Amino acid sequence: MLDLDLWREIFQSINKNRTRAILSGFTVVFAIMLFGILFGMINGLNNTFTEAFADDANNVIFINSGTTSKAHKGLQAGRRIQFENKDLQYVKDDNGDKVEYITARLYKNVTASYKNEQNNYNVRACHPDHQYLENTLMRDGRFINQTDIEHRTKVVVIGRLVEKDLFLRTSALGKYISLNGIMYKVVGVFEDAGGDNEERMIYMPVTTAQFIYGNKEYIDQINLTYNPKMDFDQALAFSNDLEKKLKARFSVAKTDQRAIRVRNMAEAKKNVNQMLFVLKLLAIVIGMGTLIAGIVGISNIMIFIVKERTKEIGIRKALGASPRSIVSIIILEATLITSIAGYIGLFIGMFILRQFGPALEEYFIKDPSVSPSLLISATIILVLSGTLAGYLPAKKASKIKPIVALRND
Amino acid sequence: MILEIKDLHKSYPIGDSSLHVLKGINLSVKEGEMAAIMGSSGSGKSTLLNIIGMLDEADSGDYILDGLPIKNLTEKKAAVYRNKFLGFIFQSFNLINYKNALENVALPLYYQGMKRKERQEKALFHLEKVGLADWAHHLPKELSGGQNQRVAIARALAANPKLLLADEPTGALDTKTSYEIMEFIQQLNDEGKTILMVTHEEDIANMCKRIVRLRDGVIMEDKVINQVRVEQYA
Repeated sequence: MLDLDLWREIFQSINKNRTRAILSGFTVVFAIMLFGILFGMINGLNNTFTEAFADDANNVIFINSGTTSKAHKGLQAGRRIQFENKDLQYVKDDNGDKVEYITARLYKNVTASYKNEQNNYNVRACHPDHQYLENTLMRDGRFINQTDIEHRTKVVVIGRLVEKDLFLRTSALGKYISLNGIMYKVVGVFEDAGGDNEERMIYMPVTTAQFIYGNKEYIDQINLTYNPKMDFDQALAFSNDLEKKLKARFSVAKTDQRAIRVRNMAEAKKNVNQMLFVLKLLAIVIGMGTLIAGIVGISNIMIFIVKERTKEIGIRKALGASPRSIVSIIILEATLITSIAGYIGLFIGMFILRQFGPALEEYFIKDPSVSPSLLISATIILVLSGTLAGYLPAKKASKIKPIVALRND
Repeated sequence: MILEIKDLHKSYPIGDSSLHVLKGINLSVKEGEMAAIMGSSGSGKSTLLNIIGMLDEADSGDYILDGLPIKNLTEKKAAVYRNKFLGFIFQSFNLINYKNALENVALPLYYQGMKRKERQEKALFHLEKVGLADWAHHLPKELSGGQNQRVAIARALAANPKLLLADEPTGALDTKTSYEIMEFIQQLNDEGKTILMVTHEEDIANMCKRIVRLRDGVIMEDKVINQVRVEQYA
């Protein structure tokens, strides 16, 4: 393979038939270009969805309550379902280690102020587990802990942008912030991949919020993550079971879609993953199809080249060329044409992606690009294709009998 | 004895029947000989030369080249033997058209696995010998027929073979050029090269030292002659 003379022979022969080599490589250029663009776009779609889900843990289940839409067991439609602390405890106790993390959520809109700065924010009162459900990254200090819950301490954890808004360029940690006139100590500042809205959030212990702002027992939402060892079907069965039990607990009709809603993120995620998988498959099928057409094209031209070079191959054999050296010349020539054409196609594809990529963002295609690993696999595929394209013609060439090739006619 | 052939048979299938081309050939060639194989077309002379050249295989009989029995060779082995023992000169020169004279001459050396630099030096030496050193970087199409045949001879000599096989070496050349080539081949023989050539031209055959006449696949006549030197014509 590293025989310099062999490569010299091959370059000489390609150079002699430059037009033909370019034409035969064209299909492969096109195939790989198409492949690259399709794959890049699907990567772009993938990026969009990954970002959409980055905010939350993958195995999260949201339980919301609303008003009943159907009369059931003698109760009127339109009844409001309100979760309380004991419901959270029930979900926790009833499911054992199927539940990984669990937290209540209580929503509250507050006006927050520090010195002269003032703004409106959403408060999410929650349990310590919330940190893991929401992929909250602590930049400074700590998140809400169990002591806060037990003692109803007046502490808050604020988002990076809250700190930026109210504390300007100073650190908020350890300072006191006023929420609707009540002072809270800032014990932590967090970051969140979920975007600006998430980073303008204030967290406080759920017990504190219940004590200060409303009914001591009420909670708005129960969020939990299921045991990550469960597979998709088990997770789905788990959330369905949960929904059924909660409906029974609140005397809600099984078919009532509004009173209690259990939303399993795994389901949405699976749907997206399935769609992306199908798209990738499609790209592979289309790309491979074109690539095969390219291989057949090159193979065809190589057969033609072998036919045309019959005499030359005969001469080489008469002069002592082994069948192997003939085979390697033809295969390497095909591989070289395929590889060069393939890379040209790949770079054209990447260029197109780079040029038009930003314009595609509104179609949910973000940063369409081809990964280095794809480049490596493309190289492997190209070399294999080239070998494949050259194999038959090379075999044909090695079978040429010098006596036939050299006949004077 | 550089070449020994005993009871050699060869036939080619033609449809259902077969054509018996060589019907028991016995031939020995000593080192330093210069023999012409003559015969009309269809006499089997080219088939014989092809078998000697290991481009074709006999059906039966023995062929011993420089003490080595040539039988049931794999393609690979045949390639090695051809490269090591034989130099070919063809009627239509059979040079590779996109390679210049030097590269053509160096080709057998390439297949010997010789290094590029050494190969080119050796090729240039042989080109000098046939008087074409100044044409080393010309392509075959830029050379005359006689020059091309001389490049081909240089190529046949490059690997320093034991036996030179020439198939109608002057067949594509005019008389004057033919004689020039023959003069050169005679010089090679003077230097000790063993030469076997197929021809159907009497005057060319008479420039050899021995004439083997074939008819219908058998040797009719095998005689040593008084060599006609090309210089005598001048």
